[in-house]
Amino acid sequence: MLRFIALRLALAIPTLLAISFLVFFASYLSPADPVDILLGQRAAPEAKARTRHEWGLDRPPLVRYADYVGGIVTRGDFGRSYMTREPITEIVKRGFPNTALLAALALTLSLVIGIPIGILSAVYANRAPDRLAMSVALAGVAIPSFVLGPVLILWIGQPRGPMPVIGFSLQDHRTAWQFFVLPAVVLAARSCALIARLTRSAMLDVLGQDYIRTARAKGLSGGVVMFKHALKNAFPPILTVAGTTFGYLLSGSFVVETFFTIPGIGYQSIRSILDRDYPVVQAMALLLATIFVLMNLTVDLLYGLLDPRARVAGGGPLLLGGARRGAATAAAGAAAPEEAQT
Amino acid sequence: MSAADLTPAAAGAEALTVQPPAPTTWQRLRTNPIAFASLIVLGFVAAVALLAPLIAPYTFNEQDLASKLQGPSAAHRLGTDELGRDTLSRMIYGAQISLLVAVCVEAFVVTIGLTVGLIAGFRGGWVDTALMRVTDVMLAFPDVLLAILLLGTLGTADIVKQNPMFSIALVILALGVTGWPPLARLVRGQVLTLRKREFVEAARALGATNGRIIWKHILPNLLSPVLVAVTVDTAGVILAEATLSFLGIGVQRPFPSWGRMINDALDYYRSEPRLLILPSVFLSVTVLTLNFLGDGLRDVLDPRSRSR
Repeated sequence: MLRFIALRLALAIPTLLAISFLVFFASYLSPADPVDILLGQRAAPEAKARTRHEWGLDRPPLVRYADYVGGIVTRGDFGRSYMTREPITEIVKRGFPNTALLAALALTLSLVIGIPIGILSAVYANRAPDRLAMSVALAGVAIPSFVLGPVLILWIGQPRGPMPVIGFSLQDHRTAWQFFVLPAVVLAARSCALIARLTRSAMLDVLGQDYIRTARAKGLSGGVVMFKHALKNAFPPILTVAGTTFGYLLSGSFVVETFFTIPGIGYQSIRSILDRDYPVVQAMALLLATIFVLMNLTVDLLYGLLDPRARVAGGGPLLLGGARRGAATAAAGAAAPEEAQT
Repeated sequence: MSAADLTPAAAGAEALTVQPPAPTTWQRLRTNPIAFASLIVLGFVAAVALLAPLIAPYTFNEQDLASKLQGPSAAHRLGTDELGRDTLSRMIYGAQISLLVAVCVEAFVVTIGLTVGLIAGFRGGWVDTALMRVTDVMLAFPDVLLAILLLGTLGTADIVKQNPMFSIALVILALGVTGWPPLARLVRGQVLTLRKREFVEAARALGATNGRIIWKHILPNLLSPVLVAVTVDTAGVILAEATLSFLGIGVQRPFPSWGRMINDALDYYRSEPRLLILPSVFLSVTVLTLNFLGDGLRDVLDPRSRSR
């Protein structure tokens, strides 16, 4: 097990380095000159040259990159924003709790609702409850959050409705959570649908196994078979998708935060992209990538804990459905061929 | 049996057809009502997109500031938006943008995904390892997020500000670059099993070249899984394009992407919910029917997965 953990950790570090490299040098692809963004295009050449030197923009790219990564690793310093000249760490500290709370709420919602629905669907496979649940789930995948959001607001968010839905404020810490409820529901819709579909297919896989028949034959009650034998063994793939779904929740937070004007990482990223505030965009990209890689790592490790086979094969489950755009059905693993082990 | 039994050849032919032929994919798809209905809806959307210049009453950017934010009337069947542009026409051209992006992205995805998957699966060895490491790194990152960051870096260029056509090209590039890894993995897995099958061994024993084996024996067998994957992915691409455009970093003004229209409508959705609901419904229905069609195709093409 220790070997397995060490191997996984060793694989995560080059991935993060590769991502930081790409993110950093992507800014060189951008045609805009940072100094123009800092000072405006019409600034005097001397002022431009001075600023370029002050911000270290005149140094060779590799030196800048080494300095950048060094700053992050040793001091947690992501540089400063071109727009507000504020340290980016401060911007992250401000926005991150909001995004984390939103994503955690949404993930909890989708697990608490998605898994029971998937189990029920598997129990009633191909009968009315299953068909109804799976149709709703498919709709949940197809309806984008920026459609679901406005529709829900039109429906429950009447001016004197039960809860405030828009116009985020953290003035009063006792009521702030209310502003997260509707966004979390909107954000959770898709991942909830994905998790329900996957739980169903994982349960169906397990329910077809011989040991389930044995358990039934020796007279165990339906409930014991379902939860002790079936769900326990269906759990690793569910866990995997729950983990990768988190990646979707992070990208989904871009839309939901923008729409509900929640000042989180996603909202800030879009603002910075539109403002061409590249240092902030870079930092946000790196942060999200790191969270995502760490999430994958956690899932991998948990998977190894739950399913000893994954430890030897060296390969994780790679059911990377949750975070992909076409994931409605691909996540169910039905499209995956019997991939030959190499 | 009348005139037919006069010639022995015809009689023989009839004897052969006593056994009804196995239903074709098309015939089996027709027995699946949801998939078939989805196909009809999608055919309608595609026809609207292709015929946009002929059927749209106005162009997508014809402004009439005197009659902005008007409800449905004889002149504007679905009313006008905040700049007095005809909503119906913008919906129709929006379908064209969606279709254009979807087709180009899928062409990109299939080209790269098929090539990478074929090479990795067929060559094996270090080539396979190297290609799959790259694929895994790509897979380890949410694709829409990657597309957002790509567009965030490239999309604000002056060239896009001057010519919005480039924004469409950039969206296609971003979604194509981020979209091929799942297909490459799928193809590789299929190739790995296919190349061990008897008919490939037989072809090799008969002296067929690698090129001929790939072209005549492996590619035809890849058609079904790739078709299913592409159908489902197209739904994702249309959704992703709408998402990017909604966020303001995808297709730029004045082009009418459905996602952009939804964003523009948010300022008026209490007084003019029509502007919000119309593109939302079209977008959701298109994505939903593509998913239904993908499900149906999978049932038809891969009977093993039917009950799952």
